[in-house]
Amino acid sequence: MKRFNEYKNVWVFIEAEHGEAKNVGYELLNAARPIADGKGCDLVAVIIGHAIDSVCREALSFGADSVLAVEGDEFETYSTDAFSRVLINLIEKHRPDTVIFGATNNGRDLAPKVACHLKTGLTADCTGIGLQEDGENIAWTRPTFGGNLMATIICPDSRPQMGTVRPGVFRKGTPDSSRTGPIVMEDVHIPPEEIRTRIIYQADALALALDLEDAEIIVAGGRGMGSADNFKILKAFADEMGAYLGCSRAVVDAGWLPHTYQVGQSGKTVAPKVYFAVGISGAIQHLAGITGAETIIAINKDPNAPIFDIADYCIVGDLNEVIPALTRAYRKMKG
Amino acid sequence: MNICVCIKQVPDTTQIRIDPETHTLVRAGVPSIVNPYDNYALEAAVRLKEQHGGSVIVLTMGPAQAEQALRDCLAVGADEGYLLTSRRFSGSDTLSTSYILSAAIRRIEELRMETFDLILCGKQAVDGDTAQVGPEIAEHLALPHVTYALGMVEKGGSLRVRREIDGGVAIVETRLPALVTVSKLPVEPRYPDIRSWKKARNAEIHILSEEDLAELDLSLCGLKGSPTRVVSTYVPVREKKGLRLTGDTADETAEKLMELLVRSGRL
Repeated sequence: MKRFNEYKNVWVFIEAEHGEAKNVGYELLNAARPIADGKGCDLVAVIIGHAIDSVCREALSFGADSVLAVEGDEFETYSTDAFSRVLINLIEKHRPDTVIFGATNNGRDLAPKVACHLKTGLTADCTGIGLQEDGENIAWTRPTFGGNLMATIICPDSRPQMGTVRPGVFRKGTPDSSRTGPIVMEDVHIPPEEIRTRIIYQADALALALDLEDAEIIVAGGRGMGSADNFKILKAFADEMGAYLGCSRAVVDAGWLPHTYQVGQSGKTVAPKVYFAVGISGAIQHLAGITGAETIIAINKDPNAPIFDIADYCIVGDLNEVIPALTRAYRKMKG
Repeated sequence: MNICVCIKQVPDTTQIRIDPETHTLVRAGVPSIVNPYDNYALEAAVRLKEQHGGSVIVLTMGPAQAEQALRDCLAVGADEGYLLTSRRFSGSDTLSTSYILSAAIRRIEELRMETFDLILCGKQAVDGDTAQVGPEIAEHLALPHVTYALGMVEKGGSLRVRREIDGGVAIVETRLPALVTVSKLPVEPRYPDIRSWKKARNAEIHILSEEDLAELDLSLCGLKGSPTRVVSTYVPVREKKGLRLTGDTADETAEKLMELLVRSGRL
């Protein structure tokens, strides 16, 4: 087996925007801790952005041993060129053994560019990471074939070994503000004329669906909703509980809701405390997106719907009766 | 605009079933289709061609039968199809695949004696779901890239892309040439008519192998050129555990559920 003595430490890229980190970065600090401990090396949070002081301190409180940060105006919003060049620069200088990214749209935009430049292996959209018995290689586990098959992948002959990991699969640790560690600021700048893409406009118009990944309660509808109009009943129920609305792919395909609401293999991976699956049959592609849900409640008129195989609570019935009844029951309980 | 669309022939993953006895993937009888996101990429390319002129080339890497996927694309507006096929390429991971495809794109530019203004890919293939090959092709070709496009317009030598971001939508401008990966568009890909389908069925498909790609370093191709290795696969197991709730009325059932949820601190 190849050994890479000149490569050390486990890096987690912490995606931050407007001075705030995305949750997935902190989830990954928690998930990567056993790997860093197993390798006997440091867990390093890598942060690129603008106004990131508080994110750097927060990363230490969520478990990083140290922080490597690059700050500059040109990093205020994400661009593939600026972020990839900084990361390539840092990786070539410090030679980390492992680099882990959140599998967000930007994470999955950035990581392949960096891995390809470094001619190293990258495993996409993992739902499991762990150190192999050899103590060297990370076993990256990911769903493939639309969630029908799980594959475990290693990168034995090149370093750094890299992967993107789905948001919502791992839990954040409890922050400990007494944890301290070095925050190393690296002076790297990318001339604006060398950034070949430019954000002209950015809208968070779909904000309701945008935070699905961080939602505590999600009410999701599927093909069994029957029509776009029936989502009003579901929305009323969600609003009553302060929950977020989600949907299955069939709903997006039917044009009832935009893709940002979609939960599942080709949509968002969610990890709410409570997930209501209403009129969702439970295709494996959808189930792949809700494995992190603590409690799943399935409501379906088909008693044989596969969703009932994985749900914690099952109600067989017509959603037009059940959902308004649930709305009333919730109101009554919370009185 | 001269556009190259990279496509992949994939099994229709929505039709894959698990054998309940052996817990393995049943792939027999599962139809091969053009990766759905690649169909959106092609639709975007054909629309740009209709607006600005130029040509649309489709390129795929795969076994000989992937030729059918190229014909499907020719039937809905692509002008020429290139099949990149060789046993030396099989087992390639995303780094290796993107390396070979980028070499083929350069070769097609030489053969056609014009460069591409735009390379389009689907945002990901539904069998592998990596979303890595597009950005990696861009890196091999030293092109800027934009991922997760929901639409695009050309404007004075640059491309404006409506991009899906976590938390909303952004408009990103990139200079051309560039590579863009395409998500689900607001418009559905067109269907072929009888005439275009017949024409596509008889069209010539250009075949490329390592012999046509003089600069290709074969040590970077296929299984041995791939830094990642699949060490195991398994079918995820699901367990039955649900509690069925019933009541005389919907209200009674609903109250039972809410009581359970609230009492256990879940709500």
